[in-house]
Amino acid sequence: MPKRTDIKKIMLIGSGPIVIGQACEFDYSGSQACKALKEEGYEVILVNSNPATIMTDPELADRTYIEPLEVAYVEDIIRKERPDAILPTVGGQTALNLARDLHNAGILEKYKVELIGAKIDAIEKAEKRDLFMKVLDECKVEYPKCGYARNISEAQEIADRVGFPCVIRPSFTLGGTGASIAFNRESFLGEVTKGLEASPVHEVLIDESVLGWKEYELEVIRDSKDNCVIVCTIENIDPMGVHTGDSVTVAPAQTLTDKEYQYMRDASIRILRAVGVDTGGSNVQFGVNPQTGRVVAIEMNPRVSRSSALASKATGFPIAKIATKLAVGYTLDELPNDITKKTPSCFEPAIDYVVTKIPRFAFDKFPRSDNRLSPSMKSVGEVMAIGRTFQESLQKALRSLETKLWGLNPLSERRRLRSGTSWIDGIRNYLSEPKPDRLLWVAQAYREGISLEEVHRLTSVDPWFLREVLELVQEEKKIEAVAGNVAAIEAPQMRDWKRMGFSDAAIAHFSRSSEDQIRSKRIQLGVLPAYKMVDTCAAEFQSATPYMYSTYDGESDLSPESDRKKVMILGGGPNRIGQGIEFDYCCVRASMALREDGFESIMVNCNPETVSTDYDVSNKLYFEPLFLEDILNIIEREKPWGIVVHFGGQTPLNLSRALHRYKVPIIGTSADAIQVAEDRDKFRALCHRLKLMQPESVTVSEREDALAAAEQLGFPVLVRPSFVLGGGGMAILYSSREFERWMNRSVEISPDSPLLIDRFLNRAVEVDVDAVSDGKTVEIVGVLEQIEEAGVHSGDSNSSLPSFTLSQATLDELERQTKLITLELNVIGFINIQYAIEDGNIYILEVNPRASRTVPFSSKARGIPFSKIAMKVMTGKMLSDFPIIDKKSKLFYVKGPVYPFKRFPGSDIILGPEMRSTGEVMGIGKTFPEAFGKSLIAAGVKLPKGGSAFLSVKNADKKELVPIAQELIGLGFRLTATRGTADFLSQNGLRIETVNKVNEGRPHIVDHIKNGEVQLVINTSALGVSEVGAAYELRRATLMRNLCYFTTIAAARAGVGAIGELMRVPVETHCLQER
Amino acid sequence: MNRWESVIYLENGHSFEGWGFGSPSARGGELVFNTGMTGYQEIITDPSYARQIVVMTYPEIGNTGINEEDVESDGRLYLSGVVARRYCKVPSNWRSTSTLSDYLAKSSVPGIEGVDTRRITQILRDEGAQRAIIFPKADAKSDVQAYGKKMVQTVPSMDGLELVSEVSCRTEWCFNENAKAGSPIAVVYDYGVKYNILRNFEKRGFKVWVVPHNFPYQDALALKPSAVVLSNGPGDPARVEGAVEQIQGVLGKKPIMAICMGHQLLGRALGANTYKLKFGHHGINHPVRDNLTGNILITSQNHGFVVDEKELLSRGYAISHVNLNDGTVEGMVSEKEGFYSVQFHPESAPGPNDGDALFDNFMRGFLR
Repeated sequence: MPKRTDIKKIMLIGSGPIVIGQACEFDYSGSQACKALKEEGYEVILVNSNPATIMTDPELADRTYIEPLEVAYVEDIIRKERPDAILPTVGGQTALNLARDLHNAGILEKYKVELIGAKIDAIEKAEKRDLFMKVLDECKVEYPKCGYARNISEAQEIADRVGFPCVIRPSFTLGGTGASIAFNRESFLGEVTKGLEASPVHEVLIDESVLGWKEYELEVIRDSKDNCVIVCTIENIDPMGVHTGDSVTVAPAQTLTDKEYQYMRDASIRILRAVGVDTGGSNVQFGVNPQTGRVVAIEMNPRVSRSSALASKATGFPIAKIATKLAVGYTLDELPNDITKKTPSCFEPAIDYVVTKIPRFAFDKFPRSDNRLSPSMKSVGEVMAIGRTFQESLQKALRSLETKLWGLNPLSERRRLRSGTSWIDGIRNYLSEPKPDRLLWVAQAYREGISLEEVHRLTSVDPWFLREVLELVQEEKKIEAVAGNVAAIEAPQMRDWKRMGFSDAAIAHFSRSSEDQIRSKRIQLGVLPAYKMVDTCAAEFQSATPYMYSTYDGESDLSPESDRKKVMILGGGPNRIGQGIEFDYCCVRASMALREDGFESIMVNCNPETVSTDYDVSNKLYFEPLFLEDILNIIEREKPWGIVVHFGGQTPLNLSRALHRYKVPIIGTSADAIQVAEDRDKFRALCHRLKLMQPESVTVSEREDALAAAEQLGFPVLVRPSFVLGGGGMAILYSSREFERWMNRSVEISPDSPLLIDRFLNRAVEVDVDAVSDGKTVEIVGVLEQIEEAGVHSGDSNSSLPSFTLSQATLDELERQTKLITLELNVIGFINIQYAIEDGNIYILEVNPRASRTVPFSSKARGIPFSKIAMKVMTGKMLSDFPIIDKKSKLFYVKGPVYPFKRFPGSDIILGPEMRSTGEVMGIGKTFPEAFGKSLIAAGVKLPKGGSAFLSVKNADKKELVPIAQELIGLGFRLTATRGTADFLSQNGLRIETVNKVNEGRPHIVDHIKNGEVQLVINTSALGVSEVGAAYELRRATLMRNLCYFTTIAAARAGVGAIGELMRVPVETHCLQER
Repeated sequence: MNRWESVIYLENGHSFEGWGFGSPSARGGELVFNTGMTGYQEIITDPSYARQIVVMTYPEIGNTGINEEDVESDGRLYLSGVVARRYCKVPSNWRSTSTLSDYLAKSSVPGIEGVDTRRITQILRDEGAQRAIIFPKADAKSDVQAYGKKMVQTVPSMDGLELVSEVSCRTEWCFNENAKAGSPIAVVYDYGVKYNILRNFEKRGFKVWVVPHNFPYQDALALKPSAVVLSNGPGDPARVEGAVEQIQGVLGKKPIMAICMGHQLLGRALGANTYKLKFGHHGINHPVRDNLTGNILITSQNHGFVVDEKELLSRGYAISHVNLNDGTVEGMVSEKEGFYSVQFHPESAPGPNDGDALFDNFMRGFLR
């Protein structure tokens, strides 16, 4: 069937801010969908609250709205734009939920908007457990047996059915707390009793345990003529019990015979049909009992997902793009295969390589939380690597992670283990529970003599994978044997190691030589990688799409010859806290700019979620680790005219020095300039020369000197250790006592790892300035004023463009200083400078001569494509070539962070100098309070419209609390506070109730919160100091109850202003293309 | 298992060195590639691969070992060799009872691993299927190239090669003696039948007789079959002796279901020609359109020859199925003459079960 002509305008819903479980993959799917719809001539209206995405670039959709993904705002857009249809299946769970909310609110019906790609009842069938079980019964597919029990005898009946071991989950406990496993009837009764007590509704769910079973995912696509294809199978190395997003996974499945695979294929197609997914992609997960082969279905998602992004990158089959075209009426056989161009999309990709995905975690940012992996996802990013064998792809994936690994690095006993156990028992303990870096521990276990059988017993990981790791560890011995005699390594031996995926650095480590030595020896032996293509068909058909990966196997598929000048962009690698989608936005825009100017753009990246690793973004895509060896290999082959390290965040910037040593042509700001900005001493000298101020600071390399040095600077101080055991880096310390206590918490200070102490600028305002320069002139990209005071990491702070408190004189001075530094460093391209303003004095905190997190935000707020301009000046154009027409907007744009605290049981929500947010939103309003309010809503905060506000602030904040409290009363809130705060406020003439602190007897504040008697919480304490006890318990309860809260006085002031403003003004939305 | 150096030498002069597995012998055959990512056990036991060396494009081979159920022949192997990027020595699967290497060795089939299978596939894609030989490097003494060149000439060309008589049964036999009395009877002409075809008829309540490729049609009819099945098989359909006559004898008298070689022979019996494809279809992901419904099936395929479309059309036969990758004939049907014939493998093994319904369609449409 050809495409539908009865619809013309289609609305796309994005997935909102990057959170754990919903990251760049939905920018990838949304951008693909947007391009696909435009290609077909539809008018596209796009809504997403995330300004860092490619999809919200005004050049992508026809009408772009960066607005909260909430019914009220989306209704306003629908009312204005009158789309014919909404495609909700490419924006993750957020978009599906929003579509359902719009349906339930009657808005779809009211404006006659059709949902395409998924129907409401299909969404419900897939998501509601009881409906889904009915579907599975219909399809004759088994699922883990389960049942709800309200008392012991019901529980026993269920246990008879379910068998042992089984999982007991109390219903309605927050964050899945209290789940346990019973291995026999006796422990079962005890666990059920405990579970019933823990559940507020006195109910437990008893589930057949599938822990330790093999886990698989199938990516399925179906069209309106009921044609179904499986795009990819994914096998999880971590067995059932770990969220697939947290598992190391491989594609295709490695340990299934055809019969077993076909059984799952048939089952997943039956499920898709029964759920009623008419068109589009879905993902079905299965568990397989490794002893009997019994297959159970676990869940299905009737939409594109993180796994489908991975499957697309793993196979070259663009699931989101195809799913979008199917949603507008096409069938699979009508759509050509994008990669081969000559065969149809109605086929199942055959791949002739192995893909490994490894998640990246951020537990070090949440020192108090448990690092055990569970069915609730905790990883913040992932990498994918392609190799011709599992071993090669595994080792490539490990070095893609950018966690300083060059492969299966040996672990040293310095790693903290449960106290009182020996190293070897510590390894056993570590293996017995799923945790990050498990494969490194498996390898270490082998090195310490633990057998494969025992590792299998401890981990339940399939022996096939365990043996692959074992072989790698055994090979280490052979490499060790050439120690001291690297010159004697012969080509076949070297080739064998490279084919197993050993990096030069790994070979250097085990042979006790240097990476350089191994590299030159390898090149001398002629052992060079070949570059093969991801072509969807295992070379059965010729393909012209240069989507490449390296392998030490035979010949390359394509010659690198080109008649255009080549520019190579190094991407940002895996998402992590502090480096994510913003940089992918910059890289993609840069690549587009290069293509526009007739360059051949070459992208190198290893993050499968991203738009930059879409094969049609750049002229060539190398899906490779951002690891020196791998980059140099590509450079050697492609011989690019220029290499760009400034758009992918800190990752490529960190590589610039090493690349510079190999004399590769870095274009734009030079490696030397980068050096000056990064080196504290050199930069201090530069500031001195330019007569610019920095906060006073001192570097201490002896433990004994630290306290005296801090006292001399004067408290509070900001401390930055270079090496910390067990996480928790920077901190702000307010007194000698705090300082000593902090030092005693395993901080290492030595000449090798000095401690940096800065005078902390108390009560300063922080400002983030981005600029672009061609070396002669400098253009300011954006000046963002932070709402929270200095000390809160700029990435965690709310901020506003334009500034909302700074004077014109200050702004002028910021511009002057920015230009001065930019020209002095001879920046060509982007620069980002962080300033703090204290008592009218401007201090420079940090300079990054690269694109920053705020570039996409400012570009969209100002409507100017700065990444494109920056790329073009780096290739020789002048800023004067781009008449920058500043369409002076009268609107305010507020950037709001989103935090993952809920995912980390035990973590504190207090903000500090360590960044912990995963993503951001933009709120747009006619006033600063309106914009801030909208950004809070977009970030998922439920702004209260009245009720009770609980106030508890540190002494220094009390005076400033008074006007805020007054405003709250004016808005109709009742105030409650703990004794100290209450006394202070009543002295100032405010009516306020006193409540008990947690340690002052019951009912106390946490009881009130749990009873739903509190709607707003303002609770401040020293920045970055998370404490155990009362305050912590209060904040945790606030978080788990989803209450609106502010933990700094500055945010509270702005927040209360926002609550008031949103009560006054109507819901309003703004189209980016209308300025 | 000791490792030995091994060589695969191609007719056009390419050679690749790797490590041997399976049998340390020298064997030659027509080199073809298969793009399936699962199903090596079904592939190596499929008699249609007789005298062929199969390059597995999926690089990790042997992971799930060999089990007792997924065998597509009487246990004999007819292929000449297996080429893999990497062979896994220690399999992991709950049904596995043996390793691929041991299984190949028992039937004196050599395997070679550690070679660039993607490159070989590209050669076959660009230059067409060709003869090749696998031999232990030690056999060559000093000059591997000269030895390979000499040896590959001893391998017969597939074009014009008659192989059916090598793999077909010698006398008729019953696949399921214990079938219920009164079960309808299917007579299967064995050109190298895959057992999953037999299982599909058994599953649907048939007593299944397997007969040699040249079994006189009068004798076949005397078995009082409800259906006659023309099976898959290896080699050039133009050279199969004594098959076309039997098919013509049955045609119109009994409903016929034909698969792969059976389909090609039926085409020839109808007067159409068959010709050789450049590198054939060998994989489990081929899209085929059912012209009747417009639906697409993802099919298992393994053939080097096809029936000429023009000649079928000029004789008034309807093309029922088409390959979407290259437009070649994938099926033909005639209600009048009572046949239902496909080029792909509805019995899968390995591959998707999308074709499973074809057996039901045949029975619904042709058997009363």
